[in-house]
Amino acid sequence: MGAVIELKNLTYNYPLTSKPAIKNLSLSIEKGRFYGVIGPNGAGKTTLCALIRGFAPGFYQGELKGEVLIEGRPTTDYAEGELSLKIGYVFQNPFNQISGVKDTVFEEVAYGLENFGVPIDEIEERVINAMRLTDIEALAMNKPFKLSGGQQQRMALASILVLEPDILVIDEPTSQLDPEGTESVFKVIETLKRQKRTVILVEHKVDLIAEYADDIIVLNSGELIRFGPKQEILSDISLEEKGVQLPQYAVLGNKLREAGLELEYIPINEAQAVEVISAAMRKGAR
Amino acid sequence: MAYIELKDVKFQYPGGFLAVDGVSLSIEKGENLAIVGQNGAGKTTLVKLLNALNYPTEGEVRIGEMDTREHTTAQVSRVVGYVFQNPDDQIFHSTVYEEVEFGPKMLKLPPEQIKRQVDDALKLTGMKRFARENPFNLPLSVRKFVTIASIIAMNCEVMVFDEPTAGQDFVGNERLSAIIKELSARGKTLVTISHDMVFVGDNFSRVIVMSNKKVIADGSPREIFWNLPVLDEAMLKQPYVSRVCRALGIDEKVISMDEAAEAIVRAAKA
Repeated sequence: MGAVIELKNLTYNYPLTSKPAIKNLSLSIEKGRFYGVIGPNGAGKTTLCALIRGFAPGFYQGELKGEVLIEGRPTTDYAEGELSLKIGYVFQNPFNQISGVKDTVFEEVAYGLENFGVPIDEIEERVINAMRLTDIEALAMNKPFKLSGGQQQRMALASILVLEPDILVIDEPTSQLDPEGTESVFKVIETLKRQKRTVILVEHKVDLIAEYADDIIVLNSGELIRFGPKQEILSDISLEEKGVQLPQYAVLGNKLREAGLELEYIPINEAQAVEVISAAMRKGAR
Repeated sequence: MAYIELKDVKFQYPGGFLAVDGVSLSIEKGENLAIVGQNGAGKTTLVKLLNALNYPTEGEVRIGEMDTREHTTAQVSRVVGYVFQNPDDQIFHSTVYEEVEFGPKMLKLPPEQIKRQVDDALKLTGMKRFARENPFNLPLSVRKFVTIASIIAMNCEVMVFDEPTAGQDFVGNERLSAIIKELSARGKTLVTISHDMVFVGDNFSRVIVMSNKKVIADGSPREIFWNLPVLDEAMLKQPYVSRVCRALGIDEKVISMDEAAEAIVRAAKA
């Protein structure tokens, strides 16, 4: 399977800024995989998303060197409508995404499909399905701006899921959600992956990234500092010095090694932690 | 009587929606507590009763000598500062400095004291270097610190932080910890809403669990995070390190990373 997104030597400056938000970044994204984007605030995570979606430099203007290819074609070649069908984009602040012209959650979620001229029966079915997945069915008749932060985040996700894009770029969809709601968002994303969709997710909750993602993109000061399979990246304690939060289980694993326990490898999720720590406990401490 | 007393408090929104249903709570001066619970459990509505953004529809809320129903929101919020969940609901000035200065100015403090309190708040929150910036040019996670600074600058006796951990990175969470520690050392009474159980376990001495409009548990982090039926009812989970120790069959009620490492090493040596 070839690359669905290719970033080639990207350097990008927002208008009127001298320091690039993204510096000389190259990477290629494969179809049907789930990528977690991590790194401290200000590292360029949201900018990376905007570049993939073509909002930067498109909407934000600014200066771009290098190329973003979506299925082999530069984003600048796509008509805006075409790209918005291909790539679903969930904004960090749901407020920025809500259309403001719809009176109910149901209509808000349906808005995109209406604009694409989808038949009404199909719209209804898809909207109900998206609302069910994101657990907002009970809010269908509420006013979008009257929802709580967490509810707005789920509505914003539903509004994109309903479009069934091949690629989803999702920027911190769970920042205002409780643990249960957060887990359910990750389960929705897992479903998308099973449908062979490509998911790029910015998220600080690295323990859940460790559970669900395939590959990790680590940014710091606009640069790509690590890129690869989650097991390799998220067990690397040296990333902590760069302000990158590692999973709790990886931090614990490193502490136990320091304390003399012989762990076969550094765990990144609960199942691994239980396996590798109980094996080490049987061997006893040095 | 405790410094803050809620007695059988109910709150119903004008549309008829009951958001807080019979909460009683005592908070001593200088306590540092967290409120946890699902979205929609009533956490934000409850804390807005503390600074009279909401008035109880039944029961009473007392802050020191004040019954909130007998005072205006302006009067109560001199004592109880509330940092909104969404910073954009709070910010309205074009520089960080003016934003932070607004509160103490409204309190009509002498100019030199205003300056002192604003400087202190900017320093404590790490916002000093952004003093001349327009808050809206800063990322959301940083704007949150601007709103925290605005409340610290008023030097309120009680400070309420609504989901300060949302969207924060590693460094942001560490800074929040430091702010809470310092304010607590100054004797402030702090109430913080958070969904981050690791943060809650590390930073608070008392945890209140809300579920379905009510307080269902109130205790130390250790009591709460090892009360599995309560966590289930509130749809919450133990911190990761507690979970792994439980799965490993370690019979110590671990709630922090260091405790977990020590307990596991002890068990391995045994």
